[in-house]
Amino acid sequence: MYSYSDFDESFVRSRVAQFSQQVERRLDGSLTEDEFKPLRLMNGLYLQLHAYMLRVAIPYGTLNPHQMRQLAHIAQVWDKGYGHFTTRQNIQFNWPKLGNVPAILGALADVEMHAIQTSGNCVRNVTADHFAGAAADEIEDPRPYAELLRQWSTDHPEFQFLPRKFKIAITGAPNDRAVTKAHDIGLRMVRNAAGEAGFEVIVGGGLGRTPMIGHTVRGYLPKADLLPYVEAILSVYNMLGRRDNKYKARIKITVHETGVEEITRLIEARFTEVRPLFKGADQKLLADITAAFAPPALRTGGTEAYDAFYTADPTFRAWADTNLTAHRDASHAIVTISLKAHGATPGDATADQMRLIADLAEKYGYSDLRISHEQNVILPHVHKSDLPALHAALGTMGLATANIGLISDIIACPGMDYCDLATARSIPIATQIATRFDELKLEHDIGPLKIKISGCINACGHHHVGHIGILGLDRAGVENYQITLGGDGTEDAAIGDKTGPGFAYDEIVPAIERIVGAYLEHRNDPGEAFLAAYRRLGMAPFKAALYDAEGARDAA
Amino acid sequence: MSRSFTPKIVTASDLRAGDVIYLTADDQWTRDHAKAELIDDEAHAQMRLLFAAAQKLRVVGAYLADAKAGPNGPEPIHFREVFRTKGPSNYPHGKQADLTH
Repeated sequence: MYSYSDFDESFVRSRVAQFSQQVERRLDGSLTEDEFKPLRLMNGLYLQLHAYMLRVAIPYGTLNPHQMRQLAHIAQVWDKGYGHFTTRQNIQFNWPKLGNVPAILGALADVEMHAIQTSGNCVRNVTADHFAGAAADEIEDPRPYAELLRQWSTDHPEFQFLPRKFKIAITGAPNDRAVTKAHDIGLRMVRNAAGEAGFEVIVGGGLGRTPMIGHTVRGYLPKADLLPYVEAILSVYNMLGRRDNKYKARIKITVHETGVEEITRLIEARFTEVRPLFKGADQKLLADITAAFAPPALRTGGTEAYDAFYTADPTFRAWADTNLTAHRDASHAIVTISLKAHGATPGDATADQMRLIADLAEKYGYSDLRISHEQNVILPHVHKSDLPALHAALGTMGLATANIGLISDIIACPGMDYCDLATARSIPIATQIATRFDELKLEHDIGPLKIKISGCINACGHHHVGHIGILGLDRAGVENYQITLGGDGTEDAAIGDKTGPGFAYDEIVPAIERIVGAYLEHRNDPGEAFLAAYRRLGMAPFKAALYDAEGARDAA
Repeated sequence: MSRSFTPKIVTASDLRAGDVIYLTADDQWTRDHAKAELIDDEAHAQMRLLFAAAQKLRVVGAYLADAKAGPNGPEPIHFREVFRTKGPSNYPHGKQADLTH
């Protein structure tokens, strides 16, 4: 994987030194909170509901075991023994003390990590397909481009004070696992008529209070034009984006208000100006970065042991059926380690779990780890003959849950258990749904179903693109949960439709159960997944199950 | 018609630890909601908020939150403030772990 250059190293160290002094000056009173707040946010430090929270970037979701162990160390020494992996491929520590944050940032710098640009109106952590470099369906590993974008956007003088935060997602595969259509810029690798790889550039997607699917402004962009083109988009946005209203400041609103045709024209015009300024240094850098992302030398060997174990052991088979994804090398598999044990907080890993995962990545996974936006951990390359041993080892620490893509593999933001912005809780809703369907022993029968939960309108839990989305709101001082159906975060991206009135905290799990009951009743056959059934059936049977049943129960 | 005033407490986050604190009647900060000063006069509430906000080396983000009198002292009204008196619901962390009732 990519290793820091001397420049990266000294930049991160100097920021740690700078922030250490800023914390000192805050604690001795030389800085007021108004002065300090933008400084701490630039370094990923928030003040949340019960404590400070430090958000650490995991660029394009890629980690090595050494870094994972350091995260475990930080969790144990300066936090409460766990970390929370987020929907933006970051990790958050929920309990740091202000005075300890410089030490934490120093410990991160020791393993080439940082919290820079994880907050503020700048280009945030560039997210990528979590199967990058391993997936069978991939045109090319998108991470070298993500790293190029990271280096270019870090401390970029023109783009430190954008109208609003700016999120870029990139995928190298036609099956979009990076939700590119719901980002400020989505980059999807495609081939042109000549078979050359380039990017489809999608602009103006986003969730939040005004969810929008992005628009393609360039169907095919040559790879060499990536930086000048992205710079042109940001430059246009920086000029046009609204600074008068925080809620209208994201580029999705700029695109909406300007019109796709006009914004495309402006971007192309700016691109014409910017392109000649890129004289090849970026391409030389990209070549160096790409070399650092060379795939591991995959070992050869038979997979008979795997095949035999798969046939013999039903527990292993259930796990293999849900948690493995096709690798480009047929003798290997991509392993998704579920951080969604039934009843556990989605995305949380204890320090011991992190250390075990790091050990297993070294032993079986070519020392490569990924964090997915779906809040799980990935071992992108595992030889199939190692899978039984890996599965057994994961089981020793509650990491062998066979539920990837199923109803209990829920995305949930921290919600009002931690977040200062939240309007309701999301974590207990997620854990109760997972526990309930585990009790019913239905989840494998239900099949692929993505539930995504946000504890406020800002939609960190991606509820708009959940097959079932749940949004927690404050309705007259009571938690209330609104349901959407039919959302989709893939290449067929769609925003879910609201079912109708929301449900109280103790009504939401039964409501989800009624939706799932309606699906099981109306699906053509077990091969018709929830989303397909919803697209065929529309809202009516689900609405009837949700509200008619409720009316009947109330009347009873 | 005069608007009735919902009693308030002054709450903030501790600058160093980041945890939830409340202003007491004798100008101290407590981590226990029940020990907070329950303020039933709007003008006095504003004065107490100004006093709290001025303590820049101790507190961050002071504000007034609705509260009501209870048998053991002031109790929060809104669920957000109830959560702030305890901690998260997924782990026994925060005040619920530390406060002995």
